[in-house]
Amino acid sequence: MGKTIFEKIWAENSVMERPDGATLLFVDRHIVHDATSQGFDKMEAEGHSLRRPDLTFGLADHYVATGNSAAQRKPNFDQMVNRLEAESKRWGFDSFGPGKSKQGIVHVAGPELGITLPGCVLVCGDSHTATHGALGALAFGIGASEIAHVLATQTIWQRKPKQMRVTIDGTLDQNVTAKDLILALIGKIGAGGGTGHVIEYAGSAIRGLSMEGRLTVCNMSIEAGARTGMIAPDETTISYLEGRDYAPRGDVWDRAVAHWRTLISDDDAVFDCEVSMHSSEIAPMVTWGTSPMDVLPITGAVPAPSIADNDDERKRIAHALDYMGLTAGMQLTDIAIDRAFIGSCTNGRIEDLRAAATIAKGRKAQVPAFVTPGSGQVKAQAEAEGLDRIFTDAGFEWTDPGCSMCVAMNGDLVPPGERCASSSNRNFEGRQGRGSRTHLLSPAMAAAAAVTGHLADVRKL
Amino acid sequence: MKPFKSHRGIAAPLPKSNINTDLIVPARYLTRARKEGFDDALFADLRSEADGTADPNFVLNQPPFDAATILVTGDNFGCGSSREHAVWSLADYGFRVVIAPSFADIFHGNSLQNGLLVIPTPQATVNELCTKMSETPGTEITVDLDSQTVVCGNLSYTFDIDPYRKECLLNGLSETADTLRRLTEIKTFEGRHGKSHPWLTAPN
Repeated sequence: MGKTIFEKIWAENSVMERPDGATLLFVDRHIVHDATSQGFDKMEAEGHSLRRPDLTFGLADHYVATGNSAAQRKPNFDQMVNRLEAESKRWGFDSFGPGKSKQGIVHVAGPELGITLPGCVLVCGDSHTATHGALGALAFGIGASEIAHVLATQTIWQRKPKQMRVTIDGTLDQNVTAKDLILALIGKIGAGGGTGHVIEYAGSAIRGLSMEGRLTVCNMSIEAGARTGMIAPDETTISYLEGRDYAPRGDVWDRAVAHWRTLISDDDAVFDCEVSMHSSEIAPMVTWGTSPMDVLPITGAVPAPSIADNDDERKRIAHALDYMGLTAGMQLTDIAIDRAFIGSCTNGRIEDLRAAATIAKGRKAQVPAFVTPGSGQVKAQAEAEGLDRIFTDAGFEWTDPGCSMCVAMNGDLVPPGERCASSSNRNFEGRQGRGSRTHLLSPAMAAAAAVTGHLADVRKL
Repeated sequence: MKPFKSHRGIAAPLPKSNINTDLIVPARYLTRARKEGFDDALFADLRSEADGTADPNFVLNQPPFDAATILVTGDNFGCGSSREHAVWSLADYGFRVVIAPSFADIFHGNSLQNGLLVIPTPQATVNELCTKMSETPGTEITVDLDSQTVVCGNLSYTFDIDPYRKECLLNGLSETADTLRRLTEIKTFEGRHGKSHPWLTAPN
């Protein structure tokens, strides 16, 4: 029987097995960020030290100031950022803090710096680590105790997850993006649909995505409950990586590429579960509720609790509508917004900013709108292309890179009761600040909402 | 880690699915160090109104559930962010056990690293437990890890747990110290992996 990509990487990084069936996996890349301090605390409290500084990388993202004019910063935010810098100096690992041109969100800057490579096992104390699977890495988020374990041992115990293959064929229509694709999938399988599984994304619609698009898809695997997402490396992956800071060079590059070409699931590999979709099922999507699975095409209407097939779900929908301040039956395009956010590890890459700029160009934001590049390199590239001017001319605020308003940990908050059209990944209650109401959508759709003042179909602008 | 052998306590029902870790502990509490405690952070936005007054409708504000040490809840509990603070909040508040039809993967792992026992339980059984709790508030549940049993009045069932995690929980063991005893095997692997995958073991 053939092997999947996941099984190949699992076997290559397996140090040993325990009698209970758990596998000790070697960690090739450990990325730490400015909300990882408890992991360092625990490592030290247990009397251990950092084993492999050469395989540990720091990127400040959660608490960094982005220069957002509405930020409500607290002094301990800078302490969190400084702590990462202090740990990097103390243990001697490379780290990119605020002000460094290569700083950025772990899941934007990691691939961009070539820290993430096909076939590597990569972990980080952040659930969106699933993102890195877009390059054919086995990448997953871990908690503080596991961070301490990885810091001290460069390994992690894991039980083999189940495997799901999601095949999406066809060609996405213009203005239908990777974000719409993954939101549509989460709507189909649910917020717990992937629990206990690694998802491999396959099919012509996935193959046709740029690396930026693939990163967006894998990023939100966690919103379907999956341990991670993966896409087989191909020419898109290889040309993306060539010449990046930490990517191999010369003979080692050639050897690496030859190996990466073997990281495909064999024809006779077996998955525990198969899901198929066709690109024609996917339109520009927007969420209406408080879970990423509460999603519909922008042409739809807010659903009624009666669509659910059980009482708990009816109650959940009723509560979500109440929290979101929406009435069943209203058209999604009639929902007025108070602000818009374009950025995050889901959609803070150059392609995302280009798509949003296309919509913003020559128009005016009707509400406060913020564009936050995912990294220093994205910011520099966007400025070289003049995107920052397009945004500022349209009345959008152009900020420094970071997680910002996606996770609202750095003081970039959505005020209570306000409604935000957001290119981020979670529309949970209170995610963007206490009482905030979030509608998830693509960067172009977020820009369309900003320039019209309400949720809007980007295809009609 | 605090060992877990058995526990008897009042159970509180929170029968909602997909309770995420942002809801369990809002982001504004995450700058705290572990030793500062997170008991007040647990479900902060559900427990109190924006002005800080307690919301009387929230289950943990209602006696006898305010003394609960076992939480019975909906499927996919702990989804979303990997923040281990979610587990610390539950543990610091006093919870020792969470019973739900399913748990999000990262939350599940984090719980067992901190002596918080999570018990995957069929939905029908969860419903029965919730009925008992609403009919007789203050109903106690007894959980015994060694025999892997849950008893609530005339209802009892057994649950599955990874044998290694069970051992660590029973004895309060740290996994890191255990792994470092296998350092020879790890170093041998590193040598081999470095030769076959030089692009991974020596980043530029």
